[in-house]
Amino acid sequence: MDTQTLTYLFVGASFALYIGIAVWSRAGSTNEFYVAGGGVHPIANGMATAADWMSAASFISMAGIISFMGYDGAVYLMGWTGGYVILALLLAPYLRKFGEFTVPDFIGTRYYSKLARVVAVVSLIVVSFTYVAGQMRGVGIVFSHFLDIPINAGVLVGMAVVFMYAVLGGMKGITYTQVAQYCVLIFAYLVPAIFISLLITDVPVPQIGLGSVVSDGSGISVLQKLDNTLVDLGFGPYTSGSKSMIDVFAITLALMLGTAGLPHVIVRFFTVPKVSDARKSAGYALFFIALLYTTAPAVGAFARLNFIDTVHGQTYANVADWFKNWEEVGLVGWRDKNNDGIIQYGPGAPFKGKPVFDGEARGTSGERLVSNAEISSVNEVYVDRDIMVLANPEIADLPPWVIALVAAGSLAAALSTAAGLLLVISAAVSHDLLKKTFASGITDKQELLYARLAAATAIGIAGYLGIHPPGFVAQVVAFAFGLAASSLFVPIVLGIFSRRMNMQGAVAGMLTGLTFTFSYIVYFKFYAPELNNAAHWLFGISPEGIGVIGALLNLVVATVVASFTAPPPEGVRLLIDNIRVPAGVSSPHDH
Amino acid sequence: MNKEQQSNDNENAYWQANLKLIAALLSVWFTVSFGCGILLADYLNQWHLFGFKLGFWWAQQGSIYVFVVLIVVYVLAMQRIDQRFGVSDDDGSAN
Repeated sequence: MDTQTLTYLFVGASFALYIGIAVWSRAGSTNEFYVAGGGVHPIANGMATAADWMSAASFISMAGIISFMGYDGAVYLMGWTGGYVILALLLAPYLRKFGEFTVPDFIGTRYYSKLARVVAVVSLIVVSFTYVAGQMRGVGIVFSHFLDIPINAGVLVGMAVVFMYAVLGGMKGITYTQVAQYCVLIFAYLVPAIFISLLITDVPVPQIGLGSVVSDGSGISVLQKLDNTLVDLGFGPYTSGSKSMIDVFAITLALMLGTAGLPHVIVRFFTVPKVSDARKSAGYALFFIALLYTTAPAVGAFARLNFIDTVHGQTYANVADWFKNWEEVGLVGWRDKNNDGIIQYGPGAPFKGKPVFDGEARGTSGERLVSNAEISSVNEVYVDRDIMVLANPEIADLPPWVIALVAAGSLAAALSTAAGLLLVISAAVSHDLLKKTFASGITDKQELLYARLAAATAIGIAGYLGIHPPGFVAQVVAFAFGLAASSLFVPIVLGIFSRRMNMQGAVAGMLTGLTFTFSYIVYFKFYAPELNNAAHWLFGISPEGIGVIGALLNLVVATVVASFTAPPPEGVRLLIDNIRVPAGVSSPHDH
Repeated sequence: MNKEQQSNDNENAYWQANLKLIAALLSVWFTVSFGCGILLADYLNQWHLFGFKLGFWWAQQGSIYVFVVLIVVYVLAMQRIDQRFGVSDDDGSAN
């Protein structure tokens, strides 16, 4: 069976599975729609959290980004795992004890005002939509390559599938679908990694393979070979980064704090039966996540080595089929700058921007002609980072079923996260904005209907953003973290650990953090991108890392404002005492 | 001391135990990631762990393993602390 048929088969089967689960777990009440009735087992919740967490960014982009960033890739590796320690220790158990449905529920109740709740909703919506744009884009890319459908059509198919299980099943449908999606994605990630590790080092375990000796008889280690190869081509060594230490520090911290402030992750801890389950669930989640995250550096390094071996110095006529296949979709491009028919790879961009092809026009070697503006550099070839994982099985000449599996796995990752995000967005609208703020008279049945309508609308908007996305999948997602770190993380943690933090402080802090971070990012990424370098950054911190300063501003402003306004009322002090103690936990409920 | 004061003192003591545990675990968290993986990475790179430079290994693998262990330690330690202060939510049902 050829690859494309196999891919349709694997992807189709996985979709049928998800929809089947959604039908089986139809939500019948707001409790089930928002938090799956509070009855999810910690191991299942751990898998669901891991799938929810590992999006198209983790599955497709991260290894690709690491493969080009080398050491600096650690910001994503540590940043996206270290946050779970923060979640487990500082947030999850107490929020579960709090026992309502959404993150704005906690902020609105702890800070005893509709204003606080609405500010939290706004932060949540900004963060979640930024995040979901990247997911739908990822879905489109996978569809377009593996199933030969245009990217935008792929986005629409993805939207339809998510619509079915998110709108039908709510959190219940999403959770159990995510368990299935975790199994698909982890299998799809590990199988090629194991194959490639065997190919390059004769060691099957990728984590160990990365530290092993290359099996070509030279006796040098993988990383040493990669360092040498890159330096020979004019790059810096793989094991050294190019970002400044303060930027690496800031980005890592922003990602960690942002992780702990992401509503769609936090809400996963509302779905387990007890406080002790919430802690265990965080442990299971990180274990399941770490399986992929400790494999990714190996995938990244092997991919870079493979890419150079198979592309650099090859004539276009002889280069592998995968190169030409991806060229068809515009994710690979080559301009024969020195007219020698040979593909040369080196530092610097090959031409300005992503390849824009001159229709079907072909050059002397048969390559698609690129019409982009020239950049004088040694590098002739463009390869989209997002495809390093997707193309790796082909580059390593793995059997077709592995390639089909990777397609199914990438879709599982993107769809699971998209669903989780869409659910928190719809809950924020139907529960926090309607039921709790502007339309408190609606019944449970009506709220459920509005939740479904909101989910459908959010899917539409997410699809639009998928068709017009603002950047590489993983980097778009990194901004969402900065926003979450600077707006939601601080008031939640202060709400648990400080009795003195009050409404005025929390609101002032959230608004400050959000506005500062949002403006900084928009300024450097959209308004004045030519200034987006270390010379102009505040303290040398990039837009990806500025969430840390945003969080600090949030904390300072909140503390100052709280110090000269009234302390929280007695009822809130009792609430804080209550959530600090596991005993007496009840099923999640609407107050 | 009346029963309410006793209960308050108990909960305060429980909270203090919780905070101490959190502080200890977070120091390890900081040390392996920001310490070994970032601030001291260049210094540690002079040593090797198999084919890895040590700082690079901490940043891209080692810290993640430690994070998982930290949460496991937290779960187990809190189980004991919960029981010691009588605030556990564990009714004995297997989970």
